[in-house]
Amino acid sequence: MAESNQDITIEVDNLTKYYGDFPAIENISFNVMKGEILGFLGPNAAGKTTTMRILTGFMPPTSGSARIAGFDIVSDSLAARQQIGYLPESVPLYLDMTVEDYLDFMGKIRGMDSKRRRSRIDDVISICRLGEYKSSIIGKLSKGFRQRVGISQAILHEPQVLILDEPTIGIDPIQVVETRNLIKSLGGDHTVVLSSHILPEVSAVCERVIIIHEGQVVAVDRPDNLASRLRGTESIEIDIRGPVSDIMTALRNIPGVSEVTRSTEKEDIASYNVQSNGAEDLREIISGLIAQKGWGLLRLQPINMSLEEIFLSLTTTEAEKQ
Amino acid sequence: MKNTIAIAWREIKTYFTSPMAYIIIAVYSGLASYYFVTSISGVLPEATIRGFLMPSTLIFALLSPLITMRLLAEEQKLGTLELLMTAPLKEYEIIIGKFLASLVTLISTLLPTLYLVFLLILFGSPDIGPIITGYIGLILFGMATLAVGLFASSLSPNQIVGASLAMGILIILSVINLASNYVGGIFITVVDQVSIINHFEDFSRGVIDTHDVVYYLIFTAFLLFLAIRSLESRRWR
Repeated sequence: MAESNQDITIEVDNLTKYYGDFPAIENISFNVMKGEILGFLGPNAAGKTTTMRILTGFMPPTSGSARIAGFDIVSDSLAARQQIGYLPESVPLYLDMTVEDYLDFMGKIRGMDSKRRRSRIDDVISICRLGEYKSSIIGKLSKGFRQRVGISQAILHEPQVLILDEPTIGIDPIQVVETRNLIKSLGGDHTVVLSSHILPEVSAVCERVIIIHEGQVVAVDRPDNLASRLRGTESIEIDIRGPVSDIMTALRNIPGVSEVTRSTEKEDIASYNVQSNGAEDLREIISGLIAQKGWGLLRLQPINMSLEEIFLSLTTTEAEKQ
Repeated sequence: MKNTIAIAWREIKTYFTSPMAYIIIAVYSGLASYYFVTSISGVLPEATIRGFLMPSTLIFALLSPLITMRLLAEEQKLGTLELLMTAPLKEYEIIIGKFLASLVTLISTLLPTLYLVFLLILFGSPDIGPIITGYIGLILFGMATLAVGLFASSLSPNQIVGASLAMGILIILSVINLASNYVGGIFITVVDQVSIINHFEDFSRGVIDTHDVVYYLIFTAFLLFLAIRSLESRRWR
């Protein structure tokens, strides 16, 4: 993990944070490559916000270290913060300012000179499509537009790293899609870390996912790899024409099958869900068996686990351990 | 420095685009005028501004907390403190910027009282020296009260809590010299020195005692330091 690769923009090493005696996160380590979009996935109170707050320099870790573009977040905090654009979960904004004034202020406190502020404010207003609202008072904007103001402030100073805490929470579905596309388009130029407890979002936007639960990393992988890693319990859906009870018994007797359930039934055709331990591919065995018995095989489909299931399975296993 | 000015400028704009600054200016001008008129309505009136200078200390003990109460409490409530704390800013830049903004507001509440000075010059022959030292004293006294208010505002996201706490501290520090009648020995000096009012009296008489100036400056610096520490400590909670 600790190789000195120039392409690593965020280096997190054994980060731990205690609130009193309560460990919010424990020994979290990961790296984020330049231009990558990393998803931080976990249920509420898993430690996502805590990790992000540590990375942004809002609070120091109890132990462990992290580097943003080579700058240590504790000993070189100001330099590290200079590289970050941050959208906190609650999208805090000065409600009595206009969009333009607000962006101007955010530019000033990040040390942008007036010429650069002017051109960048125009840029981000067009990127986030806030043109009509640039002179509006922020307090009068809807939640979705405030979100855009929040994102525009985060990208204003062209930071290397963007940290977005639940960027699509509480906005309407159309705006969610727009925001996701916006975030996707920001990857490449920026290294993006976003957190979410909405699984489809992470798989739609992110190139890599870290699943975090009760303050610990439970899995790190690409969304599609996570699915194959979890093939430990593979499941196959089969539609068969034939006597239901005979078929159930025959399927259950196949070595390696852990569970068989029957879902829909239409005349003499039923759908079966066969779960196996994944040690071997059962598709040929099953199709052979059906042909041998003279039943009709109408459909046979291996099911990839959705991230949602992975997430549930990972986090429930974790819960059972304790 | 640029950061401090950016913070201060944003706050000043907020004060003067909301009714807050104007209400405070109106209240202070009203009270100052009342005390001034009362003081020159006697049989042998003096052409001085002492009439409103001394009451101004108590007025500031109540008004300063109202000026400063939103400075940090509101940032905490809106969550915007998280943006400031994650921007490449140092804590002292935030605190000093906010302090300067409140000082500008306080000084602008004093401006209308220059009209009273103008009246004195027009209808009497006042001694200008004590008037100037009076204003200097009032600004120094104001700085101390604002620093208390700013510190109190850093402690809670609730503006009312911050304002009440600051008023409490300032009233105690204003009346503490009355306790000198009830204590003995060294405590008489301690109580007299701690009182923020005792140091003000010389200014109203036209005397600038470095000892008083230093008292107010150190008092202000100490409370601003506490406010900075209070802000820093949020990171460690």
